[in-house]
Amino acid sequence: MNNRGMIIAGIIIFLCLITFPIWYNVVGGKAAYTPELKIVSKEKQCVESTKYMRSQHMQLLNDWRNSVVREDKRTYTALDGKKYDMSLSNTCLNCHSNKADFCDKCHNYLEVTPTCWNCHVVPEENKL
Amino acid sequence: MKIDRRGFLKIGGLGILGVAVKPVIDVVSKAKLAEASSKKGVLVEKRLAMVVNLKNCKEGCTDCIAACHGVHNVPDIANPKDEVKWIWTESYENAFPDQEHRFIGGGMKGSPAILLCNHCDNPSCVRVCPTKATFKREDGIVMMDYHRCIGCRFCMAACPYGSRSFNWRDPRPFIKKVNPEFPTRTKGVVEKCNFCEERLAKGLIPACVESCKNKALVFGNVEDPNSEVREILRSNYTIRRKPGLGTGPQIYYIV
Repeated sequence: MNNRGMIIAGIIIFLCLITFPIWYNVVGGKAAYTPELKIVSKEKQCVESTKYMRSQHMQLLNDWRNSVVREDKRTYTALDGKKYDMSLSNTCLNCHSNKADFCDKCHNYLEVTPTCWNCHVVPEENKL
Repeated sequence: MKIDRRGFLKIGGLGILGVAVKPVIDVVSKAKLAEASSKKGVLVEKRLAMVVNLKNCKEGCTDCIAACHGVHNVPDIANPKDEVKWIWTESYENAFPDQEHRFIGGGMKGSPAILLCNHCDNPSCVRVCPTKATFKREDGIVMMDYHRCIGCRFCMAACPYGSRSFNWRDPRPFIKKVNPEFPTRTKGVVEKCNFCEERLAKGLIPACVESCKNKALVFGNVEDPNSEVREILRSNYTIRRKPGLGTGPQIYYIV
């Protein structure tokens, strides 16, 4: 163990470098930031509860898509009995017209890139 | 009880005979059941089809094409290699190559015919699709699920009518006015006429039929003997494109 000093110093430098992203964010005050969604909506209540929509909207949209395209069933009956037309462009985006502030903020934060809008048309932002 | 050899063979033989007869009885009894249930007539058959009356189709008129392509966000790409078409015109000889000869009269020679997806009874495109992105609905519409299309273009090779177009490039810049209610397509998927299934769901007739002022296009349920299409098919001689291929096309032409 002749090089003890060198080895320990090396390990410390290595640990500092590998944890750089963590303490950089701590020092910069950006730690544990969560995206703040701007909810612009004509309705008070989404199709289902906010909690459900937050975690399950992708599954719901997949189900809607299969139901409409494959089975020609276009009406969704929510838990509370309300009926909705199953359409991303015409139902969801009709309320959530601020795609940039609503969809994209979270998707960018989580680094997910859904391909919905390659085809589905985003309506021009309605000024509410 | 004492049983001799003769008695044992008799009983065994009868047992085997009973096992052999059972499936036959099953088939007969099921056939009777099916007969009884179909008599109720609860199910109404539906088979959507279209009649194109080329006599009423005015040369130079593109109303149906404009209406369809406008509603469905079909891009207008001038380059024929990249073009996308849902409903288009082709000369009679090219549309009906097996009904063509040198002396064709009646003004049909060289005159344009309106072509679109034939929504075949036995669609070859559906058969070859490896992902089942193309499928046939119960009412006969041959539909596409663009979400599933992987762009392999087997369907384009299989379709004998050229009804399918591939998006070689992003179609968005080539759409003059986007209809926000209908999705565009994306680069790398195949697309085609969907018989306006999204309009049918709202109780509207297809956009091309609605836009035609000369009643050259008629749409309806060909299984309903009282429908307008059936009346036209009864009172006119109609032909179909390449019927010999066995695809069962459902666009009928009056020439």
